[in-house]
Amino acid sequence: MVEVRVLGTGCARCNELEKMCFNVAAENNIDADIQKITDLKKIMSYGIMQTPGLVINGKVKISGKLPTAITLLHWMQEEK
Amino acid sequence: MDAGRKIKEEKTIKVKYKNKLWIVILLIILWFLIYLNLERLSAIINDITGLSSIKDGYAGSIEFFIYEVPKVLMLLTLIVFLMGIVRSFFSPEKTRVLLEKKSHFLGNILASVLGIFTPFCSCSAVPLFIGFVEAGIPLGVTLSFLISAPMINEVAVILLFGLFGWKTALIYVTTGLFIAIISGFVIGKLKLEKFVEPWVYEIKSIQNSEEEKITFSDRIDSGYLAVKDIVGKVWIYIVIGVGVGSFAHGYVPEDFMAGLMGKSAWWGVPLSVLIGIPLYSNAAGIIPIVQVLLEKGASLGTALAFMMSVIGLSLPEAIILKKVLKLPMIFIFFGIVGIGIIIVGYIFNLIY
Repeated sequence: MVEVRVLGTGCARCNELEKMCFNVAAENNIDADIQKITDLKKIMSYGIMQTPGLVINGKVKISGKLPTAITLLHWMQEEK
Repeated sequence: MDAGRKIKEEKTIKVKYKNKLWIVILLIILWFLIYLNLERLSAIINDITGLSSIKDGYAGSIEFFIYEVPKVLMLLTLIVFLMGIVRSFFSPEKTRVLLEKKSHFLGNILASVLGIFTPFCSCSAVPLFIGFVEAGIPLGVTLSFLISAPMINEVAVILLFGLFGWKTALIYVTTGLFIAIISGFVIGKLKLEKFVEPWVYEIKSIQNSEEEKITFSDRIDSGYLAVKDIVGKVWIYIVIGVGVGSFAHGYVPEDFMAGLMGKSAWWGVPLSVLIGIPLYSNAAGIIPIVQVLLEKGASLGTALAFMMSVIGLSLPEAIILKKVLKLPMIFIFFGIVGIGIIIVGYIFNLIY
């Protein structure tokens, strides 16, 4: 199971990223635990300076922008 | 065999990159060809549609509109694209490293300049603030960055350039920098660290210093994405703005705003700043209003002060920053930046 954490306090892109994660996981039958983290202190503990942030299995993958769906799928498969 | 496939893949990537580069170069040449002949092109359109033979106010407005909208949109597209490429060389992480261990005044200058080039979204103001403070960057230097980043953005500058000329755009950039540097410096001198929420200093985060490798092909992509993102969002404001600007001509009396925001009204500048704070708009949304104000007799200093106040100081921003700053600090922050804007407004009204 891949542990996916979307870091964001509620900006438009943060919601978009969360939706993307759900879609990619569903379309490719990836068993993923996707959660959104909105608590600022927790977000900051990952050391990112821009939201949205994406953490997969504890590793920060991207911050401040949206990945493409293909990249996202690649990351999820890589960490599976 | 695997190695052979890898080489093949690398080759296709190289070919793709070359193609991309050629497309970009061709598009830029095409851009210049159209841009430099825009006046002629719009004259041709006016001839075909018969607009140029009508000699009343409306036709003039439409002519203006047909020339001005493509001009501003083209300028915006090119600059946003180039800025997208330039910005891909910068990141908040790199900026943070550059700002660490800088002396006060120099740090304020550097932070304000970096604010122009570092990719920044006001929704990330808080994480960025914490990230800077955590790295030991002084409060005043951090705030210099947070003042300059939203205020001096390419959309505002290009619109000012396209609609009011390069002098106005230059004035806007220099005074914006001036306000960011001085306000940050003053706040730094006031020693306001006690008004920062204490938990900000307690956060211990993993420092991500992993550099991702970016090729020039990726940079072209980020330029394209910036165009898609920004121009896609603001073009409608520009069409409306130029439209309002060109058609308001005949309807509202010329000196409608002169009493309120003209040079003779000394209270015009502070009043504009006060009105601007609760109003929130992006740079593209405010330009049409500024254009109408100037058209109708507002003076340049007052109109610019209004614009800076709307873009640079906003209630939503205050609410976001409230998570990390205590209320007195927010008042001081807004107060000092507001005073800076007012001073700039007065100076411009004096010069022009």
